[in-house]
Amino acid sequence: MKPSSPDSDEAALLVGLRAGDQVACEKLVRTYSGRLLAVTRRFLHNEDDARDALQDAFLSAFRALPTFAEGSLLSTWLHRIAVNAALMKLRTRRRRPEDPIEDLLPTFVEDGHRVNPGPDWKEPAEVVLQRQETRVLVRECIERLPETYRTVLLLRDIEELDTEEVARLLEVSPNAVKIRLHRARQALRELLDPHFREDRP
Amino acid sequence: MTCREFIEFLWQYLSKDLSADERAQFEAHLARCAPCVRYLKSYQETIRAGKGSFTNLDDPVPAEVPEELVYAILLSWSKHERR
Repeated sequence: MKPSSPDSDEAALLVGLRAGDQVACEKLVRTYSGRLLAVTRRFLHNEDDARDALQDAFLSAFRALPTFAEGSLLSTWLHRIAVNAALMKLRTRRRRPEDPIEDLLPTFVEDGHRVNPGPDWKEPAEVVLQRQETRVLVRECIERLPETYRTVLLLRDIEELDTEEVARLLEVSPNAVKIRLHRARQALRELLDPHFREDRP
Repeated sequence: MTCREFIEFLWQYLSKDLSADERAQFEAHLARCAPCVRYLKSYQETIRAGKGSFTNLDDPVPAEVPEELVYAILLSWSKHERR
């Protein structure tokens, strides 16, 4: 029997998909829908929206199959399409007014010193993240960020898109992406601080 | 440079596209400001925590996809193929 590698599996899958083979399509959907639903759920807290975005993503993928570049990875290509579908959904959803990010940023006194600078954090991230409850806590803190900032943090730090690509997707300048990301990280730092500082109760 | 300036422009310091002169200003501030050293450390830990919170292999991912959703997607494929 010929050994199968992820690459040859993908190549065979692509041939099937391009030939309009229903079995190949089902294999594609069953292989990738779980992790892509995890992506759309990160951006959309409403489960119906996350599922709609997943469906939109596959439909876009089916339409774009003829333009899929040989040599790229199906998983990467589908991931980008799912991110895009989630962003489209975010845009069409009725916008609720966001809490201002300023409430979550560090504050300073007149002379430029930070108010209540606080102690060091107790343990490095690698250590605390070994606990599942800490990972859940961090994810909950990310969810509390205002949407504009959470989206940029997810795109850059979690989905690992580069600044230029995020700027293009959000139709803002690369500098605006960098500043939003900085504010998002600052706000997340403030939210994590009470849980991570060494003098926590 | 004040702590406020250090923290507001920290993203530029970390992006590494500063002139040697600007860099030196950040580093001079860090050399005499323990709270900003702590801030920088926890800021970098925050980035790692954010990334790590979603990418740990022990967590039950990928998400469970409801069967009716899989069917809906397969149906849209059939419609697409028939055109």
